Amino acid sequence: MGIEFRDVGKTYPDGTVAVTGFSCTVPSHRTLALVGTSGSGKTTLMRMVNRMVEPTTGSVLIDGRDVRELDKVALRRSIGYVPQAGGLLPHRRVVDNVATVPVLTGTPRRAARDAALALLERVGIDPALGRRYPAQLSGGQQQRVAVARALAAEPNILLMDEPFGAVDPIVRRGLQDQLLQLQAELGKTIVLVTHDIDEAFRLGDEVVILRTGGIVAQTGTPKEIVAAPADEFVRDFIGADRAERALRTVDVDGRSVVVDGDGRPVGVLE
Amino acid sequence: MNLFGDALAWITDGAHWGGPGGIDHRVVQHLLVTFAAVALAAVLALPLGILIGHTGRGRLVVVALAGAVRAVPTLGLLTLLGLALGIGIQAPLIALVALAFPSLLAGAYAGIEAADRGAVDAARAVGMSEWQLVTRVEIPLGADVILGGIRAATLQVVATATLAAYISDTGLGRYLFSGLKSRQYDQMLAGALLVAALALVLDLTMAALQRASRPTTRKVPS
Repeated sequence: MGIEFRDVGKTYPDGTVAVTGFSCTVPSHRTLALVGTSGSGKTTLMRMVNRMVEPTTGSVLIDGRDVRELDKVALRRSIGYVPQAGGLLPHRRVVDNVATVPVLTGTPRRAARDAALALLERVGIDPALGRRYPAQLSGGQQQRVAVARALAAEPNILLMDEPFGAVDPIVRRGLQDQLLQLQAELGKTIVLVTHDIDEAFRLGDEVVILRTGGIVAQTGTPKEIVAAPADEFVRDFIGADRAERALRTVDVDGRSVVVDGDGRPVGVLE
Repeated sequence: MNLFGDALAWITDGAHWGGPGGIDHRVVQHLLVTFAAVALAAVLALPLGILIGHTGRGRLVVVALAGAVRAVPTLGLLTLLGLALGIGIQAPLIALVALAFPSLLAGAYAGIEAADRGAVDAARAVGMSEWQLVTRVEIPLGADVILGGIRAATLQVVATATLAAYISDTGLGRYLFSGLKSRQYDQMLAGALLVAALALVLDLTMAALQRASRPTTRKVPS
């Protein structure tokens, strides 16, 4: 499954231009990270894939088919969605939250629950917590549940809207590791929205840096972007001039020690 | 205080129970009128309120309209309707429906609007149809507030249903009107006490229902 944005634009009825002339292709089984500050249209772009937002110009294609030809509800059920801050249904137990889409598509409730419990385990949640309500879990646990819910319908595509933005840095790191591990096993096509460039570099195979109004500042692999920032905006955004991006090696007793711009050691060059 | 004792004696007097004009019979009538009025108003107001809350459209118009209806004095409306429709239960029933309508409408749209927007957006994004969103997310999450509207409407109607006796021989209001006319103040006060007791019992019942509609969603983490 590949996703193609073909010259899409979005202008809201009040005249706000969220995105203009955006084109990009996400190959199957790869992760695209859309990164930018607020107002850069990154969430708008992502939500065009499952038709939560309809582009005013251009089109979005999945495997060559324009999403506008597809039924909205069926399309959304076929795509995993991880919203900001969980978005779980507060009145349903965790296990039923995970089973939401399979139950909607007609899987018997018992079978859907069993599958949901297995998924919870897979994302690192003790299945015993399945009986709880979302408010009884921590923020990080809720995000894991949201990931499990997104995977429940076995979608080929995952959309993630700042999925780890609302948790503290240590928990975020754990969630990112989990996602990388899941992605290595499952090979989904992922569109991930984030304002955190380090997250984009960690998770994205391809990174698109957007500036206000949905204008692409630079597209490339994390390596390409770090190696050659397109302009001052990108340099600034990725912190190219920050001490931890300007690494060099120094020789200490015959070993190459990598130090940052301030001379603090980061590691050893093998 | 003596009048109060007289009223209680009047209520407990076995002669006033049973038969077509008995207290038990009138309590049932009063309740039936109340439920009929609230149910009729609910059939109209709840779907409309839910629609407004769900779509966010037409809110201003309908809210202004409901406010205008709220400003209409029930007794005046009842008199007008009585003149048009004649003696009988129709006129009071319509007046009571108009009384219940605004509270029910406000409860319905406020309840739907109060549903956690993040949860609603996520539910839509994972593929719930609009109907499923309303019935499986917005109504359960707004049930507390919606029931609050029903509770307020019920309380208003059960008290005001006394006016049904103004124009038809229905309900507990009869004791007030005929007691006033014949200067039997014990009977009049007895009627008032019965209405108050009925209102209290109904409100407590509704409060219990409202509590029951609040499941474990807001429980603090254990």
